Amino acid sequence: MEEIRTGVYICHCGLNIAGVVNVEELTEYAESLPNVVVSREYRYMCSDPGQDLIKKDIKELGLNRVVVASCSPRMHEPTFRKTVEDGGLNPYLYEHANIREHCSWVHDDKELATKKSKDLVRAAVKRVFHHESLVTREIPLNPNVLVIGGGIAGMQAALDIADGHNKVYLVERDPSIGGHMAQLDRTFPTLDCSECILTPKMGDVGHHPFIELLTYSEVEEVSGSIGDFKVKVRKKARHIDESKCIGCNLCEEKCPWKTDSEFEAGMAKRKAVYIPFAQAIPNIAVVDADLCAYIQSDGKKCGACIKLCDAGAITPETLLKQTDEIVELEVGTIIVATGYDQFDPSVIPQYGYKKYDNVLTGLEFERITCAAGPTEGKIVTKDGRPVESIGIVHCVGSRDENYHEYCSRVCCMYGLKYAHLSKEMANADVYEFYIDMRCFGEGYEEFYKRLSEEGVNFVRGKVARITDEAQTDEEQGKLIVVSEDTLLGKMIRVPVDMVILCSALEARSDAENVGKVFNINRRADGFFLERHVKLDPVATPTDGVYIAGCCEAPRDIPDTVAQAEAAAGKALSLISKGTVTLEAAISTVDEAICHGCGRCEEICAFSAPNVVTKNGTLVSSVNEALCKGCGSCAVVCPTGAIAIKHFTQDEILAQVSALTEA
Amino acid sequence: MAGFEPQIIAFCCNWCTYAAADLAGTSRMHYPPNVRIVRVMCSGMVDPIYVLKAFEGGVDGILVAGCHLTDCHYIDGPVKCDETVNKLREVLHVLGLEDKRLRREMVAASEGVLFAQVINEMVEDLKKLGPSPFKAKTEALA
Repeated sequence: MEEIRTGVYICHCGLNIAGVVNVEELTEYAESLPNVVVSREYRYMCSDPGQDLIKKDIKELGLNRVVVASCSPRMHEPTFRKTVEDGGLNPYLYEHANIREHCSWVHDDKELATKKSKDLVRAAVKRVFHHESLVTREIPLNPNVLVIGGGIAGMQAALDIADGHNKVYLVERDPSIGGHMAQLDRTFPTLDCSECILTPKMGDVGHHPFIELLTYSEVEEVSGSIGDFKVKVRKKARHIDESKCIGCNLCEEKCPWKTDSEFEAGMAKRKAVYIPFAQAIPNIAVVDADLCAYIQSDGKKCGACIKLCDAGAITPETLLKQTDEIVELEVGTIIVATGYDQFDPSVIPQYGYKKYDNVLTGLEFERITCAAGPTEGKIVTKDGRPVESIGIVHCVGSRDENYHEYCSRVCCMYGLKYAHLSKEMANADVYEFYIDMRCFGEGYEEFYKRLSEEGVNFVRGKVARITDEAQTDEEQGKLIVVSEDTLLGKMIRVPVDMVILCSALEARSDAENVGKVFNINRRADGFFLERHVKLDPVATPTDGVYIAGCCEAPRDIPDTVAQAEAAAGKALSLISKGTVTLEAAISTVDEAICHGCGRCEEICAFSAPNVVTKNGTLVSSVNEALCKGCGSCAVVCPTGAIAIKHFTQDEILAQVSALTEA
Repeated sequence: MAGFEPQIIAFCCNWCTYAAADLAGTSRMHYPPNVRIVRVMCSGMVDPIYVLKAFEGGVDGILVAGCHLTDCHYIDGPVKCDETVNKLREVLHVLGLEDKRLRREMVAASEGVLFAQVINEMVEDLKKLGPSPFKAKTEALA
């Protein structure tokens, strides 16, 4: 074995360390430690002259291990690894002792701080003895990107990536892209029409030469890792010939079978064969197999659409024989933008949703005000009466410990938008019941001020219940909103013709499964968890998988678009580099000791180890691209066959035993 | 037990508690110099042997600290760490070491104050308990 020759470098960090720790005494002590051939102190080790000291000693004194005692390794370990590498050593033959953040900055007793520094330096010297050269590896990155979800977030991310001439597969569960934004009428605070700004983008996505759209499709399985994911997508049977359908809509007009339209939030009907909405992309029909009489009767009933379809897109074969198709894709990065569900307010019985016809959710009211919606943009009651007064209830399911503690961030603003539209389109009296007004974005506070001037009645208080039990003549035939008015300090009753519940945005009901497919964690509130809330907001703990939009947390359109562009940027920066650097400090198996029990395989959260047969015996084999180096496998390994490079038992025990020597 | 200064080793995960200790430093929050931190990548990486060897070496208390359950860089490290610590407690009980000598905490990167508080509490608790019973035995053997 080669002789271990260690150099120890003590940084003064100006007076940050030297003001508390006796650096001369520490340097002298370090030189007395085993295998230490040189120990030096310097005012700023991280400066160029400081680093040059190390490089020079490596060459002239033949050092093969280096310890620097300075600030936190989270600050300068990368710096000194580079120094060591520049000096001609493997960067992993380096160890860092933190005598600033963990010592001089938190202790003022000079003697004890110096003693502690000696302990930390001794532990580092004993540990670096066991360090080995490690090699980081680069593997090529597949430049194709998979985007899940065709709402505004997914579309924006797909466009940004595809505009750079990179292939994007955009997978959307519904028959058309567009997402929730396509259902919105106008957008706050500018009141521009949602469709007017969205549908051109939908067209761009639909026609983009670098975007392959897979609508009415869902991802079933993802395997592999960053740079090299393999994805199985279930393309559900549309029961029409997509290549022949021209979107003429004749089939839908004549189809006799009806159900509630998802796009119209149940406020109108759609047929068994349908195009979800006029601007749908792709503009082709889809057959709801559960509703279609022809399919259900195995071709014995109906068949009206077959007769009417001049294009020959609907035939007995497409209706009866077409089945789901599994498409296999290979991509290097994945962006998940699966959006949100609207909270169902019927779980709050006192608000009377689904009990009273004219208690609506926000999404339902969006369809009412939309010129292309079920009432052609007229604000009327279910039975067609004009609406003279409207109550808008904020924080339904949000900021409520019984449902969701979080603020849904968009409800105050869309509530204000409804107030404006109710004034403008129906000249109605509007009552906004709010807890706090949260108008935080660009132009939002100004919009609130404008609404105050438009004569909206703001009532600060939580609504207790909504009832139709009149107590006065004035209340007859009305819905009565019973609420506390905290500014007046009493309960009030407000009779109105219509109530809009500003329902919370909540995590998708299938977020748990989607999280499992893509290996994304969820917070307690159900939304996907980012890698770091402030500094890594679109990354996930799984390398190469990013999140954007409301699947991560409720947010408005501007923030969603910004986040989508951020996620696209992450994917683009990987594509532009072209390779993926694999972590060097990962698991390694000593096959001579391993007997293939599979405990490592069971405990690993990343499915990195797999028990395989080699030369007729079972052994664990680690997929280096999947291993993150967390070390849980080494803890459970009964034979000690598996170890984490750079955090081996030898290394950590050397450090521990050095610390107990004191 | 006047003048007794307990010796503590803290195993801290790189992403959360080590960073919290850094934050305590950058915020100049003073705590007693009785603790020596060993950086591990994940609290789930802490092998029972590290804790047992440290006690064998005579330390008076050990802290095993990492991310909160939902913050883990490696998805479920804290759960694995909890399992290790729970098993260790049984062993320590058999060995006659008081429960308070092994402390398990979840300290997020933003919780520098909590880190300093945990160290303060441990030093206080251990001062009450006195030196580890292993210390005398180790010294007698030496």
